[in-house]
Amino acid sequence: MNYLFDPAHWTGADGIPSLIGEHLLYSLIALAIAAVIAVPLGVYIGVTGKGVFMIAGLANALRALPSVGLLILLVLMISPAFPSKMGYILPSLIVLVLLAVPPILTNTYAGIRAVDAAAVDAAKGMGFRTMKILTDVQLPCSLPLVLSGVRSALLQIISTATIAAYISLGGLGRLLIDGKAQNDYGQMVAGAVLVALMALFFDQLLAFVTRRVVSPGLTRRNLKTAPPALAADVPPAPITV
Amino acid sequence: MIKFENVTKTYPDGTVAVDGLNLEAPTGKLTILVGPSGCGKTTSLRMINRLIEPTSGTIYLDDQPTSGMDAALLRRRIGYVIQHAGLFPHRTIVDNVATMPVLLGEGRQKARTKALELMERVGLPANFANRYPWQLSGGQQQRVGVARALASDPAFMLMDEPFSAVDPVVRAQLQDEFLRLQREIGKTIIMVTHDIDEALKLGDQVAVMRVGGKLAQMATPSELLTAPADEFVADFVGRDRGYRSLGFANAAGTVSVSEEPVVHLGASAAEAQAKASGAWVLVLDGARKPLGWAQPELIGSELKTEHLNLSGTSASASGTMRQLLDAALSSPSRRGVVVNDHGELIGTVTASDIVRAIEAEPHLETAR
Repeated sequence: MNYLFDPAHWTGADGIPSLIGEHLLYSLIALAIAAVIAVPLGVYIGVTGKGVFMIAGLANALRALPSVGLLILLVLMISPAFPSKMGYILPSLIVLVLLAVPPILTNTYAGIRAVDAAAVDAAKGMGFRTMKILTDVQLPCSLPLVLSGVRSALLQIISTATIAAYISLGGLGRLLIDGKAQNDYGQMVAGAVLVALMALFFDQLLAFVTRRVVSPGLTRRNLKTAPPALAADVPPAPITV
Repeated sequence: MIKFENVTKTYPDGTVAVDGLNLEAPTGKLTILVGPSGCGKTTSLRMINRLIEPTSGTIYLDDQPTSGMDAALLRRRIGYVIQHAGLFPHRTIVDNVATMPVLLGEGRQKARTKALELMERVGLPANFANRYPWQLSGGQQQRVGVARALASDPAFMLMDEPFSAVDPVVRAQLQDEFLRLQREIGKTIIMVTHDIDEALKLGDQVAVMRVGGKLAQMATPSELLTAPADEFVADFVGRDRGYRSLGFANAAGTVSVSEEPVVHLGASAAEAQAKASGAWVLVLDGARKPLGWAQPELIGSELKTEHLNLSGTSASASGTMRQLLDAALSSPSRRGVVVNDHGELIGTVTASDIVRAIEAEPHLETAR
């Protein structure tokens, strides 16, 4: 634990804040790319029913990918083509995106499918056009599942982003790799704890966002007994050292 | 007016869902499509707002063929009510009802005001406005569905089995209220049901369809009962159609009502005995409304509520022959209680009085 509380480790280019920053940056970029790919694709498959085989096949195959192996392979393939650091960043991002696509894709698809067919029929029968049915009925109703897909994708990404350090990139994985190399178990533990904390924080953040944006008509929360606004008003407990 | 002209729907696999349908639903009337499953009634309904496109033939809305119209704009002119209501689960009740006005470009505040009026009209309390659909029972959701369809005040309405997903008691209640509402608003409605009783109860005219998508008969409810076009219609209408057709025969002026001696609660056994004819005497309350029948020999010192037999129904003098006959058959004294429109006693009739009236009039005047 001493490693974490040593002020020397909290400054500089290799300090903990910049490692956290890098880790976060990779994670969020990967999540954004994955969402941009998976959400529209999941919506398309869910609405049209075309390409359902992709959900079962591709999505599960991607889940079974050995991330470290793939990373090394991609670095070998890609890095010669790029002179700069990009040759390492790109493979890491690809691996993270591939990990994040399946949960978002399957949940978006399942979310769209689970929308009450009668509500969609009613919307169509009342004269909603296809786009309006999507934006006014199908997307809001599938939001809880889509967001839970995003949530599990982000957890996966944050924990897996540590492997970027394998190919000498930054992020909290550095603490694990360097600690291992130097037999500095304190450093390794610090890395593990920080990754876990980051994952927990974002999980709670997304849970909170979900509560704010999903209609109580879907979550069946009773507004009178559990006002969703309450969580926002309570400041986080101060950390005492 | 909604008119089908030679409308056929054939699916790519060769199934003929609707076969050369010709049908006219007159303005301001409720037309019912009824038939066994697979007769194409729902397909026919969904072709009107082009949720299904006809293979051939034309459907007219007030003499305009629907085929040339923009499908979404066409649908916005027609109220649409479906079996499971199909409410938007993520929106509050008031916003569900306000859907159509908002879609048609009205401001949200104005649309909500209109929605609240409609909720009241279909019997939904105002404090439901901010609830969500899952907090409502099936019957309440269906009311919201009807209110939503009416919110844009469309001239036409399509209703696909609107009352079949709720229990029989709630269904009867919704049907009665809907009939009352339709009398006020006079929409041109086409409703689909598989329930012949519902069709006969609600329809101004009923189109019976047979499997294969052909129209078997189009008639008023009482015509269907008294003059079914063929064996299929006769079977579909049901076995006890003779009895049920009495439900469309006016009772007023056809049967002579006999005077009935009565007692009130608190009467002594002797008094009741003096008034009774046979074993039973009719008991009234202070406002001349029938309470039930009593047997004087079972009354101890005075007539109390616990002595009343409540099995008899009462028929309104302006009601139907069926209600009259039922009153006679259900009464323990075999004398059916007849009341006026305020529920006050007029007298009693016996089953033989009614049967004699039926035999005297081979063509009973219909109630509608």
